[in-house]
Amino acid sequence: MSALLEVTGLRKSYGDKVVLDDVSLTVQPHDVICLIGSSGSGKSTLLRCLNLLEDIDDGVIRFEDAEISDPRVDARAVRKRIGMVFQAYNLFPHLTVLDNCTLAPRQVHGVRRAEAEARAQELLERFGLADQAAKHPDKLSGGQQQRAALVRALCTHPTLLLLDEITAALDPELVGEVLEIVRAEAERGMTMVLATHEMAFARDVATTVCFLDQGRILEQGPPAEIFSNPREERTRHFLRRVLPG
Amino acid sequence: MSAVGWTPSEREQERARARRSIRRRGVLLATAATVVVLGLLVVGIVASPGWDRFRETFLSWPHAKEAFPDIAKGFWLNVKMFLVAEPLILLLGGAVAIVRSTVSPLLTPVRVLAVLYTDFFRGVPTILVVFLFAFGIPALRLQGVPNDLAVLGTAALVLSYGAYVAEVIRAGIESVHPSQVASAEALGLSRAQAMRFVVLPQGVRRVTPPLMNDFVSLQKDTALVGAVGVFESLFAAQDYGNYTFNYTPYLVTAAFFVALTIPLARFTDWMGRRMMERERGSR
Repeated sequence: MSALLEVTGLRKSYGDKVVLDDVSLTVQPHDVICLIGSSGSGKSTLLRCLNLLEDIDDGVIRFEDAEISDPRVDARAVRKRIGMVFQAYNLFPHLTVLDNCTLAPRQVHGVRRAEAEARAQELLERFGLADQAAKHPDKLSGGQQQRAALVRALCTHPTLLLLDEITAALDPELVGEVLEIVRAEAERGMTMVLATHEMAFARDVATTVCFLDQGRILEQGPPAEIFSNPREERTRHFLRRVLPG
Repeated sequence: MSAVGWTPSEREQERARARRSIRRRGVLLATAATVVVLGLLVVGIVASPGWDRFRETFLSWPHAKEAFPDIAKGFWLNVKMFLVAEPLILLLGGAVAIVRSTVSPLLTPVRVLAVLYTDFFRGVPTILVVFLFAFGIPALRLQGVPNDLAVLGTAALVLSYGAYVAEVIRAGIESVHPSQVASAEALGLSRAQAMRFVVLPQGVRRVTPPLMNDFVSLQKDTALVGAVGVFESLFAAQDYGNYTFNYTPYLVTAAFFVALTIPLARFTDWMGRRMMERERGSR
């Protein structure tokens, strides 16, 4: 089975500051990769590099058997296949929830309005947002907005979903409702790479957990191994701080 | 961790070459497109049937030289009108905008006046306001009111543009989120203080580009005062044309205005960009 996404020797710096250093990562179809690590360890930057929102300084990113880190590659063609959800939701405030969800299918993928709306309605329903479709995003709670953002990302049938700390801006009581549907999507076989601070979620849902420290993937492996028997002292130290008990 | 001790891989060097070649192709394409489009424009104009006649009446170097001193003198008047009008417009527009954003019941009559003022002066063509001022005010024979047409014309511009600028500034004030007022009031600031120290600075900064746009437009509209016989640059050019039947001075005047407005327009662009970078981060 060939990998869906393969990163080798990725390097990214802002001026003198090296944010990602020799990062390598392989994502197989149906994998759920959780990136953990403290703020500033490079989790978000890594996700932004994967769908070409950031130019990289070195290394190779291959997606669906083609190198996408080549400057001659059309970034929009890549992004059509990859969905992304941001920490701050980033819904478009001037559009209704339904229009947020049908914008890309209609404008980028050329789907007809009726078809795009049917698909969006179906997903909104699955995510418990059927009665919010006609509202504007600012009328929704944070959890509802983030679920709507997830629907927006899924409406284009991406083969890979990138989630950038999508629960970090939510009240603790709203975190659950968002993670619940991420879990459901994972169980449906969606391939995902997500940066998260929710260790319990990572332990339950991830197929692989990567611990990032100062721009490097210090350690990666199945959650059982990382959480109960970490190899590196830094990982142990990080887990001691974030895990209760 | 620093950038030292890292050499780009073979692949990265190749990519850098590819990026360079893409950039080179972009520059080449831009140059070619510009040359072709401008070339076609020039050819289209020069090949027009009346080109020879046009060149005689609009592009005569001797006439340009002869009219230049009068136009330059007139243009200095344009610049003076602009320099006097601009600060007055800012003051007037700011005052009207602030008045319109007040809520005190005591200020209702002033608010009504402010609304009437903006409605009237934005609705009436600027040149008509100039006419009304230049001919109407001297006719009233008021004591102590100057009869100089340039002064009256400038006053007309101030009132006309003040109404536009007031609306732009009001838009800025209203764009500031109510939570900003709430947090200012929570600190114990009065409504006026909140306006002065919190709302106005943010609002005005946000509408600086459209304000500058209005000022570029004002620079040009100082030429409207020429319509009542004030010897500013356009009227000087017109005067010259009436005697010699040569219209080259119009293009000379145009060159003067463009030379003044282009720097201001670039400055506007630069300021807008800088503000965006400061507020959103430069990435």
